[in-house]
Amino acid sequence: MTQEQTEAINTGQTESRNRALWRALGPPVIGAVIGFVIGALLILMAGANVQEAYTAMLRGAFGGSRQITETVLKAAPLLLVGLGLTVAFRARVWNIGGEGQFFVGALIGAVIALNFPDWPRPLLLSIMLLGGVVGGMLWAMLAGVMKIKWGVSEIISTLMFNYIAILLVQYMARGPLQEPGGYLPQSAQFVPEARLPLLFDSRIHAGVILAVILVAVVYGLLWATPLGFRLRMVGSRSSVARYAGVSVEKSILFVMAFSGGLIGLAGIIEVSTQLTRLKGDISGGFGFAGILVALLGRMHPLGVAIASILFAALIIGSESMHVVSGLPNSLADAIQAVIVLSVLAVDALARRRQK
Amino acid sequence: MDWSQVLQWGFVIALVTAGIRLAVPVLLAVLGEIITERSGILNLGLEGIMIVGAAGGFMTAYYLETGPLAGLAGSWSAWLGLGAGMLAGMAMGLLMAVLSITLHVDQVIAGVTLVLFGHGLADYFYRLQFSSLTARVTGLEQISIPLLSDIPVLGELLFRYDPTVYLTVFLVFLTWFFLFHTTWGLNIRSIGEHPAATETSGINVNLGRYAATLIGAGLAGLGGATLTVVQLGLFREGITAGRGWIAVALVIFARWRPGLALVGALLFGLADALQFRIQALSQVERGVGTLPYEFLLMLPYLLTLIALLYRRGRRDAPAALGIPYTQDSH
Repeated sequence: MTQEQTEAINTGQTESRNRALWRALGPPVIGAVIGFVIGALLILMAGANVQEAYTAMLRGAFGGSRQITETVLKAAPLLLVGLGLTVAFRARVWNIGGEGQFFVGALIGAVIALNFPDWPRPLLLSIMLLGGVVGGMLWAMLAGVMKIKWGVSEIISTLMFNYIAILLVQYMARGPLQEPGGYLPQSAQFVPEARLPLLFDSRIHAGVILAVILVAVVYGLLWATPLGFRLRMVGSRSSVARYAGVSVEKSILFVMAFSGGLIGLAGIIEVSTQLTRLKGDISGGFGFAGILVALLGRMHPLGVAIASILFAALIIGSESMHVVSGLPNSLADAIQAVIVLSVLAVDALARRRQK
Repeated sequence: MDWSQVLQWGFVIALVTAGIRLAVPVLLAVLGEIITERSGILNLGLEGIMIVGAAGGFMTAYYLETGPLAGLAGSWSAWLGLGAGMLAGMAMGLLMAVLSITLHVDQVIAGVTLVLFGHGLADYFYRLQFSSLTARVTGLEQISIPLLSDIPVLGELLFRYDPTVYLTVFLVFLTWFFLFHTTWGLNIRSIGEHPAATETSGINVNLGRYAATLIGAGLAGLGGATLTVVQLGLFREGITAGRGWIAVALVIFARWRPGLALVGALLFGLADALQFRIQALSQVERGVGTLPYEFLLMLPYLLTLIALLYRRGRRDAPAALGIPYTQDSH
């Protein structure tokens, strides 16, 4: 092989690597730009100052260590939900019941926290987290079973289970689990032993570390295990997978359980650390925002991590923007959805040009 | 709770009339989605389209009643609100159509994202306009059909509603007639079954799908606006409460047929009315053993799950449902 040929191959490789990188990062970056441009239009329609609003948003999310801490704390549950859904979406199982699984995970964990306050802390915390995982898992598997046994679309069933789970938690918080003698629809506060430990002398808790570790776990699962390979095969071509002897039914159950488990974990972590008690409303839409996080992160654990930070910043920043500019903080929800819609469109256009 | 109250005649009439009213918003969305899905497009964005229609319709009606133009529109403000809701729904439908028909984005992903977009947009504009949550509109008056409404029991059950109820019943018939007895309907159905073959016979597949998606989204937007402008007279965050998703389920339950959609929507409406009524009764006599209202509120969602179990799978679904069509693919 001559030197010229080697060089040609090398440049070819860098070129294709560049192209792959561009294909991975281009659409989200363009999508984010479009999202903020449309956000700016929405701000203008409200008659507010765009620069002032966005500056307030940026400062609110990253302006100091306190703000960054808030953003990180908001990103953790988004990351967990996004990671769970990544595994499900990779197998083309549309679990959009994250909100319900989040609530059920929090409920089961809270029941444990409230009933066994005397247990030693390590035991109590592990059983609580496990309870959250199992709660979310079983709730999601209900929809999985309905799909493989009776062909019920998981899209609609998981959604119906959302409403049912939220109502169940609302009932529990004002009924059986209500703080004795209390008037508000909420449980008693958890004992300190039932709250995850804080780290680095800050409000960052162990759940954040757990979420970061799970990025690596999900990456390993999807790309370094035969199971992950099978799941991705089910997602890309289920007929081939079936032919190769992969059980599509088992895969559906597995990804439902896995995603539900991670989302239930997010639920109990949020309740254990941020609210320290069970309430009727504990989520603020993590289950839904997590869908967008998984999509914007291109169903890749690292991408999901970046997307969760961006979305957390939008949510936290929009609160400051609300105070400074008086704009409704639901602007953040609209921008998030526009970003993902734009990514979908840019992706599709890129695919077209390739053909 | 005293269950003998439930079985009284007056209760039954109140229940059925409330059920028929509550069926209207969801039935409009179901009819629209039947047309859309018959053309092969699975529009899962209904919930987002409904909430945008609900917000757009409500705000339009509110401004026509109280804004600088107050009085100008008079009793037409509710109708104009309904029209605005429909247009808002169609704008959302256009977005869905571009994504799914022109760009071939996965229809499930596009639909779910559209729902979240709709929620964000509706909340943003509503909260921008109204800092307090007390805004109300008056809606439409009930029309008692002369003579017929005087028939005992039956008159009360069937002939004393606001005009949207009669309009919706007419639309059930119209949708059926359109799909099964007009050339356009036939074209839309064959686009949903065999797009490639339909194209060869000189019909523009993508054009048909755009039309079907816009009509469907317009009806869903109208459904959302009916809920806020005519039935409740107010808007709240998440006011559609999953009706868009229930509509998607009811399309499957109805096997893509308008007549069965009427049956499904009535079942849903009755379940909804029943939980309202039992709640109202329970509140009168908060005794031990009354069912917590949260469990009553679960009723429509549980019913939807049961309806899905009853009609399993994709049998009777249009063959090309959810599959993008490329014009130069053959």
